[in-house]
Amino acid sequence: MQTADLLPLVLVLAAVAYGFAFMRSRAVAAPLGGIRNLKALPAYYAARAALWCAIPALIILGTWAAFEGKVIQDMVMASLPAELAPQSAGRASLTLSQISNLAAGKLDPAMVPEGISGAATLLQELREQSSQFKTLLVILIAVLGGTFAWTQVAPQINARKSVERTLQRLFFVCAAVAILTTIGIVFSVIFETFRFFEKVPVSEFLFGTSWSPQTALRADQIGSEGAFGIIPLFTGTLMISAIALLIAVPVGLLSAVYLSEYASPMVRSVVKPLLEMLAGVPTVVYGFFAALTVAPFIRDLALALGLEASSQSALAAGLVMGIMIIPFVSSLSDDVINAVPRTLRDGSLALGATQSETMKNVIFPAALPGIMGGILLAASRAIGETMIVVMAAGLAANLTANPLDSVTTVTVQIVTLLTGDQEFDSAKTLAAFALGMMLFIVTLLLNVIALKVVRKYREQYD
Amino acid sequence: MTNPSSQAELVRRSLKRRYRKERRFRFYGVAAISIALFSLVILFTDIISKGYTGFIKTTVTLEVHLDGELMYLNDASDPDQIAMADFQAPIIKALQGYFPQATSRADKRELSRMTGSYASNQVRDLLKENPDWLGSTRTIEFPAHDTVSVYVKHAGDPGYSIRLTEQQQRWTDELLSKGVIDTGFNDVFFSRGDSREPSNAGILGALIGSLLTMGVTLVIAFPVGVAAAVYLEEFAPSNRLTDFIEVNINNLAAVPSIIFGLLGLAVFIGLFGMPRSVPVVGGLVLALMTLPTIIISSRAAIKSVPPSIREAAEGIGASKMQVVLHHVLPLAMPGMLTGSIIGMAQALGETAPLLLIGMVAFIVEIPEGFFSSATVLPVQIFIWAGSAEQGFVELASAGIMVLLAFLITMNAFAIWLRKRLERRW
Repeated sequence: MQTADLLPLVLVLAAVAYGFAFMRSRAVAAPLGGIRNLKALPAYYAARAALWCAIPALIILGTWAAFEGKVIQDMVMASLPAELAPQSAGRASLTLSQISNLAAGKLDPAMVPEGISGAATLLQELREQSSQFKTLLVILIAVLGGTFAWTQVAPQINARKSVERTLQRLFFVCAAVAILTTIGIVFSVIFETFRFFEKVPVSEFLFGTSWSPQTALRADQIGSEGAFGIIPLFTGTLMISAIALLIAVPVGLLSAVYLSEYASPMVRSVVKPLLEMLAGVPTVVYGFFAALTVAPFIRDLALALGLEASSQSALAAGLVMGIMIIPFVSSLSDDVINAVPRTLRDGSLALGATQSETMKNVIFPAALPGIMGGILLAASRAIGETMIVVMAAGLAANLTANPLDSVTTVTVQIVTLLTGDQEFDSAKTLAAFALGMMLFIVTLLLNVIALKVVRKYREQYD
Repeated sequence: MTNPSSQAELVRRSLKRRYRKERRFRFYGVAAISIALFSLVILFTDIISKGYTGFIKTTVTLEVHLDGELMYLNDASDPDQIAMADFQAPIIKALQGYFPQATSRADKRELSRMTGSYASNQVRDLLKENPDWLGSTRTIEFPAHDTVSVYVKHAGDPGYSIRLTEQQQRWTDELLSKGVIDTGFNDVFFSRGDSREPSNAGILGALIGSLLTMGVTLVIAFPVGVAAAVYLEEFAPSNRLTDFIEVNINNLAAVPSIIFGLLGLAVFIGLFGMPRSVPVVGGLVLALMTLPTIIISSRAAIKSVPPSIREAAEGIGASKMQVVLHHVLPLAMPGMLTGSIIGMAQALGETAPLLLIGMVAFIVEIPEGFFSSATVLPVQIFIWAGSAEQGFVELASAGIMVLLAFLITMNAFAIWLRKRLERRW
């Protein structure tokens, strides 16, 4: 059976275990004079049986399903005759897909060497065996666990305590997923990054001024050394993010000020959700808008003004990204402005200051750290934003300060490097992970600083 | 401080200037909000004006005489003959019925480009299903060729270039006036997967792919998120480990989504050997991505349950777990659901991480399960937006409208849920 079918089966078994244990606990309690004489309610004995049935079985199932594919792959590759054994990682993935296509019946066996079709048969066999073993093992463990808990139904055992302890541990495991995810992210980028730095020196990566990741596919190819200098990507990212912030910060901040100080409750209740709607629009929609509407418009406008503009200008991507970040800035500033104590505001107004003077001279300075934190968060969002720049910014890594020129960003390059047909081990693919690492570090730093600033500021007034 | 009246005079004189400043400041605020709302309006009008034509299809309805001689076919149940037969010929013949003078080789080629490239396949499939139709005359509705469709829908629109020859334009006009070429509701769009040809491409495949992916995301992210929130709010001791978990959650909430794509590529595909471009991997990646959102909103919901409820339950002897499961969770559930729906809406619109795990492939078939290759709505929009064919732009906009409709429904449902179930303490 497949994992997708085994999962409900285990749950059904757990339900059965629940039922049996429930009945048994009542049966055990009856001669003693009712369930009052048990240490826990029947439902707890039943729940204990269900947990004993499901948890070990699910752990086995999860582990098996996670590693099954990889182990079978390795066994099949090891079985290939020596003359067919692949030389490189790229070859290996090609052979592998050939084998699996053959096993799936998508490929004619007559088209491939005999060793490959043998491997396909092996793959098929191994898959079936693994599936049978998995099914047997999972059902066995589930039944054993359930039965064990069933035999344990006895008046002196406090099932409630053990169920609650298990649940609490389960809750902890769920909370720990956050740590696992972070570890997963760090490890998934760090290994590939180190392998990348074996091929390309760190100094060239960090300080090189030219980026053209076209490496040679064959050793005898000419003129495709590949250059991996991150500087042009860095400046491109910075330029687009700066344009975005230049739009989003004033507009977002002033909107927040107006909404919190001047707007009537009616206006506020209409405008705020509309602003939040801007935040809910998927990035791919902004990308579409930037690439097909704003970019041509800017190019035509520039041409009309006698300027030369690329059809994928940094300005278009930055403008649209700015629109995207407006609600982000405005809602963060709104929070911060509202957190400034009422007394400061009232004091200033009582001295005869106008609302704008109160805003500029009292509230704004008091809220400044929080606003700065918000802007940092917005910057990290702009740097990590992908779809708008993939669709509207270019691919050519130009080192330029002209916003009408086309630039490329770190995220664009990650997507381009990893979506084409690539050898898995080439410097090109590894470069994407190195870029991912840079992106992760930069955004992490920005976030940590921003969160610190915001938190510190909150503590001041709470 | 010598003469109070001159002080008052000073203030009075500056007052005008200060009020002017006040008005200017107010105006800046209004201007900022107008800019934001104006962008929203522009965005929506742009999408709708580009996309409403995506819901319209152009058809060519012809009386086709399924002449066996013309098609080199005398037995439609013979697969060998079917493979060799010429199914374009009867379509051209039927069009020639309207334009008898179009007989040259070049004319025929132009005629064959009035109907879509899949028109001959359509005739083939019809004959395969009904071999006895051979020799009869049938009324068949074909999708128009994309160039014809663009001409019919967008003639005069500077955003589109007309790629029909003058003769074809004349023909199209004539067929339009005769009602042979007609426009109607684009049912193909809602019943097909992707295609190389806009007139044949639909969004159903991506829609199903999205539903499958969201299913996986929901099944993982909701229980795990709620359990994590319960642990952090109710059980976690205040120690370094708990602090570390909290810091991690807050940071993960702000990690760029594309990083989660790298995680999926390296861990789920690289380490565990899961297949590329399947909803399971997409769902897992999106689940990890939305988890922080769900945890944060669930924690807020748990926090809003007043302590008196907990104390009352504890007071009559409930254990900590009973307090949580029987009292706190049911009361916090509306808030948790609202937060989760908003998190799911985010995941539904997410594109970047899915590009990296291969969900950007060209997939014609409608996905059948969690392990079959699929794409999702936003990725389909991305693919269409980048296609060279003119007809795909309107499909991309139409797809955006479908996606936005889903998002708006989800958010509206969340708001309704909150309004309906929210309790004020």
